[in-house]
Amino acid sequence: MAQLRRLRERPPPPCRALPRPPFSFAPRRLRLGGAARPRATPSSPLLLQDGDVQRHLYLRDALTGRAEEAERPRVSEFCCHISGCSQVFDTLEGYEHHYNTLHRNVCSFCKRSFPSGHLLDIHILEWHDSLFQIMAEKQNMYKCLVEGCAEKFKSSKDRKDHLVTIHLYPADFRFGRPKKVKSGTKHMSCPMQQGASVPMDVSMETSEQFQVDPMEVGPSESMEIPQPAASPSPTVPEKRLYKSRVPSTICFGQGATRGFKGPRKKV
Amino acid sequence: MWGRRRRGAVPGPGGGTEELRARRREREAALRKARRQEQLVSKRLLREDEQDGAEVLLQPLPEDEVSELLRGVQRASEDRKTLLRRLRRALQDKETQQKFVRLDGSVRTLVGLFTGSLADVQMEAARCLHELSHSSDAAVAEACMPVTPYLLTYLSGHSVELMELCLYTLGNLVVESEAVRKQLLPQGIIPVLASCIQSPHEAVLEGLGYVLSQLLQAKEAPTEIIPLVLDSVLPQHMLQLVCSGLKSGTGAAVEFAWCLHYIVCSHTANAALIALGAVSALSSLLCDIASEISQSFSEGLELLTCPVLRCLGNLLAEETGCEAQIQDERLLAALFTVMQCYLQKHPFIVPEGLWLLNNLTADDPFFCFALLSLDLLPALLQLLPCSQAASVLVLTVLCNVAEKGPAYCQQLHQRAALPLLLGPLALPDPEVVGQCLELLHLLFLHCPQAAVDFVGQGGPQTLKQHQSTPELQERVQALLDMALQPPGASVFSSSPAASSAFS
Repeated sequence: MAQLRRLRERPPPPCRALPRPPFSFAPRRLRLGGAARPRATPSSPLLLQDGDVQRHLYLRDALTGRAEEAERPRVSEFCCHISGCSQVFDTLEGYEHHYNTLHRNVCSFCKRSFPSGHLLDIHILEWHDSLFQIMAEKQNMYKCLVEGCAEKFKSSKDRKDHLVTIHLYPADFRFGRPKKVKSGTKHMSCPMQQGASVPMDVSMETSEQFQVDPMEVGPSESMEIPQPAASPSPTVPEKRLYKSRVPSTICFGQGATRGFKGPRKKV
Repeated sequence: MWGRRRRGAVPGPGGGTEELRARRREREAALRKARRQEQLVSKRLLREDEQDGAEVLLQPLPEDEVSELLRGVQRASEDRKTLLRRLRRALQDKETQQKFVRLDGSVRTLVGLFTGSLADVQMEAARCLHELSHSSDAAVAEACMPVTPYLLTYLSGHSVELMELCLYTLGNLVVESEAVRKQLLPQGIIPVLASCIQSPHEAVLEGLGYVLSQLLQAKEAPTEIIPLVLDSVLPQHMLQLVCSGLKSGTGAAVEFAWCLHYIVCSHTANAALIALGAVSALSSLLCDIASEISQSFSEGLELLTCPVLRCLGNLLAEETGCEAQIQDERLLAALFTVMQCYLQKHPFIVPEGLWLLNNLTADDPFFCFALLSLDLLPALLQLLPCSQAASVLVLTVLCNVAEKGPAYCQQLHQRAALPLLLGPLALPDPEVVGQCLELLHLLFLHCPQAAVDFVGQGGPQTLKQHQSTPELQERVQALLDMALQPPGASVFSSSPAASSAFS
């Protein structure tokens, strides 16, 4: 841009007059509407048409810069460094996603992982704070799970009703299940796939040996994936689908369950 | 641009750039038609390119094969990822999408895998859901409604790749169905987006901008959505991200600029935006853009420039009189630079810039004065042939200047506006000519010498061409009377020239 000469004088005052017929011009500031959508604000005239078209072309054309997973730069295989987790990776993105989803918001008491810090905080408060139950008798302590909603409730059921009626959450929302009042680990018989005959508590999949339960505020209830030919009891978690990686010839002691004792044990 | 490849940037097997240009013209024509019919809906698709770059044309699968795919995914314990990937490919086809959602338990299965504890399966399930979100069938979008609370939950998480996918999926669902929006608002989408906007990741911010831009275009946005957005920290962050968009995060800046445009268009929020300093911030940005594109033509910036021009234009049209915030001649110079730079490659910018110029010059003499003093008249007249809309607007701006009175008209005349008007006067377009007539009237009114010179340059002959055009007749006659009236016997007022103010 060429050097701009700055103005030194004030503009001369205008001498304006009303338009004289048959002339009708009067200066007008124009407003123009925007969205070109059905029944939106009054659609803008042709003036804005081409700009809108360019915008939409851009939306349709823009692709992610991510390469197909097969093409991503490979690194030499490495293992997740979190103790107990032996998942292996050969792309950085794969590792990043794994770490962020499973190891970021982990409860230090029971090792459960949560999708967000918000849900983790609520979990710690309700499960691991010894004062919580006491205070909950006197005041509403159960916080709404929705960020931005400040409501609190006197019971987990009331909270769930609020989530369903006000926030339109599904009744089987995975991350909002109540803590069972009774303690004690659960051992239940369940229909198993071929292999181990001892009930397991943890999901095992390939090398994710220390896989925790699906992220929960409380223990999971009925599993979500419909299983053909299986009639699971309502308390069987989805993870039972997966075979144990611990060979059946190994036993950790008399009567002990095979595999890692899951985070079912309350601290 | 901005790290993203454009589909179709790679020439297909058929031919080179000429074929590409022809295809693009066809698509533009189709979009223009859709826009005229107010049917213009577009979505973004985060699909990784096929290895050879060509788009694979899919055949829709028969119902039993879709069913088989679903069962495979439900049953498998190993290899789920591969099966999901196969499903995702199949779901690129519209009919297969429709068949899939009609199968019992299909979406529920995907949701279960999406919310499960296996990170890579989760990612694949998310990609399948994203394909479904891209459907233009509202029934498919509505079948995906059970996934929305989980999409929001994961937006409070940390996996950038997953969050990006969630955002684009949400954006696609939002634009397709009012039922989805009606559910998302009570589920707390706005507070979630308000926390996301503080993320440092550009990919997240761009996706966030996309969701918001789709939400803000909803027909119920002015009453249901915009008030919630204004109540949150979103507006100030959006403004800041737009204004810093030339240095980094240009993709996100583009999205948020369009968001601001949709908010401004609703005309319900402008006082709030003006209070946030939007007018001066966006003016500064326009100056920065002008500076950037005059040095090196960066492809893609027109998509940021366009909404910025629109926001400024509309904000200036508000009654709150915010011109005082931007009385800076650098804005005018920047505007002209932008229009000149884009005249060849992206001419759609020119009428939009001229609209802003109209709003700048309509009431406030400052910019009229600046236009003349900075000798921008030739540049303005250069824009006349750009398009019909541009011609009308150029003449309207000149009318704005002339209407300010004798001092301004004298200057216009001295800077040889008159001969340049004879060209547009000869055009057949009545709207252009009509505007020209209004301008001539103002010039003759305030500057009698202009009328004299007009006659000397053969103006009346050109005028007479339009004597039989109904909407022009009366004015043509009035002008002929003015021009051919003997000097001195004037019934029109004129005040002494005050041209010394102009240097």
